[in-house]
Amino acid sequence: MNATMQAVPIPGKRELTITMPRVVAGLERVSKNFDDIQALKEVDFSIRSGELVALLGPNGAGKTTAVKLLLGLARPTSGTVNIFGGNPVNPTTRVRVGAMLQVARVPETLRVREHIELFSSYYPAPMPLSEVLTLAGLEQIKNRLFGDLSGGQKQRVLFALAICGDPDLLFLDEPTVGLDVEARRLLWALIRRLRDCGKSILLTTHYLEEADALADRIVVINRGQIIAEGSPAEIKSKTVGRKIRCKTNLDVATLRAFPHVSEVVKQQDVCEIRVTEAEPALRELMLRDPAVSGIEVSSAGLEDAFLALTQNMESQNISERQ
Amino acid sequence: MTTAAATYPMLQTRPLDRTLAIYFNEVRAEFLTRLRLRAYSLSTVGFPVMFYVLFGLVLNRNEVIVGTRFTTYLIATYGTFGVMGASLFGTAAGLAAERGLGWLQVKRASPMPPFAYFLAKVAMSMIFSTIVILLLFTLGVAFGGVRLGMVEAIKLLATLVLGSLPFCAMGLAIGYFTGPNSAPAIINLIYLPLSFCSGLWVPIMFLPKFFQQLAHALPPYHLAQLALSTVGAGQHESNWVHWEVLLGFTLICMGVARVGFQRDEGKMYG
Repeated sequence: MNATMQAVPIPGKRELTITMPRVVAGLERVSKNFDDIQALKEVDFSIRSGELVALLGPNGAGKTTAVKLLLGLARPTSGTVNIFGGNPVNPTTRVRVGAMLQVARVPETLRVREHIELFSSYYPAPMPLSEVLTLAGLEQIKNRLFGDLSGGQKQRVLFALAICGDPDLLFLDEPTVGLDVEARRLLWALIRRLRDCGKSILLTTHYLEEADALADRIVVINRGQIIAEGSPAEIKSKTVGRKIRCKTNLDVATLRAFPHVSEVVKQQDVCEIRVTEAEPALRELMLRDPAVSGIEVSSAGLEDAFLALTQNMESQNISERQ
Repeated sequence: MTTAAATYPMLQTRPLDRTLAIYFNEVRAEFLTRLRLRAYSLSTVGFPVMFYVLFGLVLNRNEVIVGTRFTTYLIATYGTFGVMGASLFGTAAGLAAERGLGWLQVKRASPMPPFAYFLAKVAMSMIFSTIVILLLFTLGVAFGGVRLGMVEAIKLLATLVLGSLPFCAMGLAIGYFTGPNSAPAIINLIYLPLSFCSGLWVPIMFLPKFFQQLAHALPPYHLAQLALSTVGAGQHESNWVHWEVLLGFTLICMGVARVGFQRDEGKMYG
């Protein structure tokens, strides 16, 4: 963590400054349309120096679009994309950035070492080859042709191409998709090691487990909109736990004030209460509303709960519109 | 927060020697990739050589045509055929696949100068063109009684290698308008009829009158005539006309490739 803290003046309060890690990249009210499809809607988020941010969302949520915008591979329909205070479309910002993108086929007749040496030569101060090979766990297979590698090894080569220029900021777009558990864990270890070196990293994933295992901060995105943002603990508290369904005439504000309640959705008189612990809320519910009926308590797995979070958002939107 | 971000130092541009090093590395990597890809390297070199051995060395070894040994004449025409193949497959097939399957995007996200990518494909194709021509020279001299002076040989080689550029441009244009799977089939669909009609397989004067007329509209015919004129076996037309046709064709293909490039960038960057 080298010199990542910096005094940021608060406008209008000249004498007061707070220290916070500086922003290295971000989207400001960015929308992106492809023909009729709106891939991103007024998205706002930033990556601070030395931070690992996970952009979490189901397939088609707009994660890859966000990464492409940040890499200057696409231009926003509206809003501002900012990398190191500049525009990512400017090619000179690219020397400080590494990217691991989803790619269907990589030239198969180059050796691992040759692929890395070529990409290293694009950067002004690349890591030594031996260091890249060690970091990506490729020493044993450096002379193999890319086409002869396993899926996990191929992903690690793409990882090596992203880090070989010793960039300050890394984009990892679904790095573990399609990998088995072992290969995934191995790649996680490599990503953690990189974060420990002080790199700023944006990771996209559709696995809550992955975001939880790696990220300092999670940004949840669905249908092009950010629906939640916070530490892994905060996000999990919103998604993990149990769900109480019941018919009650208590209002939403009262229910929200119950212990361990993270989310309340009410449609007519049917309530869905998301809680980290069910019992205290149930006790309170029975006490406050003797007429409560149709109580169902279900537990949500991690991924189920995440789905519920994104769907809740939609049903809220629908009820707002109504 | 914007003030904090603005304190980053200005990024410097890359010094020239580093840029040249990248271009060199890119060409080297492209060459190694293609050399090891036997579907490319063997067929690119193999077909013209095989045709030359069969029709030149085996069947017509002692024939003479327009005052030139047939084996010498065929070096120029199969040389043109070889150059076309190396250029079309070298640029179009790679570009279509890398464009369609995401690799070009990985390269574009890196700090690679975009032009290096295209230059590498063209330079690699030219290296393969040179290999094909040198092999034909060697076979002709060793087994076909071909006698070429050093100046003649260099002129023939230089004409063919320089003449590969229109077909590299054509390849880039095709690469932008075909997909990873369709590209090789479409290249063959253009390459083989074009070669035949331009008199690259059978000498132009043995073709029916209709094809002889048609050939004047085909770029490979003009390159073949330029190559033949260096060994004194051309149709005695103006070399300037041949060069002009090839130049015009190159510009058209580059224009088409540019449309494809901008369409792609529009999709990615729009």
